[in-house]
Amino acid sequence: METPERTVMERMEQGTAPPPEAETPAACTFEVKNLSIWYGEKRAIDNVTLGVASNAVTAIIGPSGCGKSTFLRALNRMHELTPRTRMEGTVLLNGDDLYSSTTDPAIVRRRVGMIFQKSNPFPTMTIGENVVIGLRLNGVRNQKFLNERLEKSLRMAALWDEVKDDLHKPGTSLSGGQQQRLCIARALAVEPEVILMDEPCSALDPIATAKIEELIHELKAKYTIVTVTHNMQQAGRISDYTAFMYLGRLIEFGPTTKIFTNPTEKQTEDYITGRFG
Amino acid sequence: MKTKRSGNYTWRKIKSALASAIAFISAVLVIAPLGLVFFHLVVNGASSLNWDFFTKLPAPVGAVGGGMANAIVGSLELLALAGAIGIPIGVLGGVYLAEYGSARINSVLRFLADVLNGVPSITWGVVVYGMVVLRFKGFSTYAGGLALGLIMIPLILRTTEEVILLVPNGYREAALALGVSRWKTIVHIVMKTASKGIITGILLALARVGGETAPLLFTAFGNRFWNHSLSQPIAALPLQIFTYAISPYDDWHRQAWAGALVLVTGVFCVNILVRILTRGHTASVV
Repeated sequence: METPERTVMERMEQGTAPPPEAETPAACTFEVKNLSIWYGEKRAIDNVTLGVASNAVTAIIGPSGCGKSTFLRALNRMHELTPRTRMEGTVLLNGDDLYSSTTDPAIVRRRVGMIFQKSNPFPTMTIGENVVIGLRLNGVRNQKFLNERLEKSLRMAALWDEVKDDLHKPGTSLSGGQQQRLCIARALAVEPEVILMDEPCSALDPIATAKIEELIHELKAKYTIVTVTHNMQQAGRISDYTAFMYLGRLIEFGPTTKIFTNPTEKQTEDYITGRFG
Repeated sequence: MKTKRSGNYTWRKIKSALASAIAFISAVLVIAPLGLVFFHLVVNGASSLNWDFFTKLPAPVGAVGGGMANAIVGSLELLALAGAIGIPIGVLGGVYLAEYGSARINSVLRFLADVLNGVPSITWGVVVYGMVVLRFKGFSTYAGGLALGLIMIPLILRTTEEVILLVPNGYREAALALGVSRWKTIVHIVMKTASKGIITGILLALARVGGETAPLLFTAFGNRFWNHSLSQPIAALPLQIFTYAISPYDDWHRQAWAGALVLVTGVFCVNILVRILTRGHTASVV
């Protein structure tokens, strides 16, 4: 089995890995400043400051319970669905404060799409209906527009060729990997600025995983992507920047090549080399 | 290795056979009443079932023929009224319990709904008698519909809550993450996913109140003629059966049997419809 270090090294030799960049990205889609989040009395995120690079893939890694999913969900205010949450700090999306008192969480989520660990196409809807439901429920009625967006989204999610003759079939009739790409198409259809992915491949087999990873690589030309993953090889393969979190704190953040080959913090190195986590 | 059967073996076989037999007999005893009821109704009622039964008004004592057309239509009218009250309040209340509200308030509401479900149906009749009949000085269709509707509310509320709670959270999150508002998510995603379960609950509640007699005794009261106004008394199948069954006339008894047969068949059909609705079709999870 190849180690994450080798993966990145190989990619660098092949010229496919991103060049080593500055410690912090130049153009940031998200600017997170001093973010802390509590669930009741428990502090899940502890004073995290981070910039998420535009048109790049940022991976968040760390052991279970380190707060990486909470951090991800804080980027589109999904963590607020959990009762008794409290937050401090600011999150700016292209300069707009996501947590200002006048900001509607629904608008935030329209700008910041999300893919979940378990694919969740709506069981009562066909493949086609699943893709355009976000637009429909947000008030789009123009059928021609919906059809165009349907095809465009499915093409971007690399699913069009597989389902174009089955658009009327239930979304749940697809395979696991196809369902996850259907969910990606559904998120793309509302044209978000960012896509958050919460362990998008952890329920998929290696072939389906490879397809999603390839898709992530293509999507970053147009979108900023933040992904949480348990799989360090995957973080090494797909991401440009990596954030390592532990016990709610951001331990280290930087270009993936640096994090995986020459981490500054001892904890990062221990985690990446599999000494804990 | 010892392969010879021990002396206990025969005794164990007998015990096992005995246990199976008792279980089988119990199962038969469970189904037997239904079979007996249906058999009895068919034997006594089928002969009086004819076209007239469904199309004619009750005949005076001694006159041949007559039917229960007004009672059948009356029952449907009462069910429509009851549904108009019970379905929206029950469904929306169930949605509130499942999706909104704090845990403490919800557990109180849930407890109250369960208490209401246990209230004897005649109590509802008395309550509506006091609230509506006395105040408006007369038995009426809407009093009957209200009494049945009040019985439906807690039934539908609890089934709706339960099926909505069965909808996996992933669907709510998926919709909210698309920027869909909470309310639209609940209506278009959650309730749609749970729709079969909700409809099942509604149908079962309708079947349950369709056979209620007691709450109608002092509300809808019954009527030997066609009802022309919601503020007038109205006939209902269970009421008509009750009136005929306690009468001293043989031909009324036969009519009561036929009415009971129609009522049970109706309830039976609703239950079959529910079975069809809830079977197969993996498209909906509930």
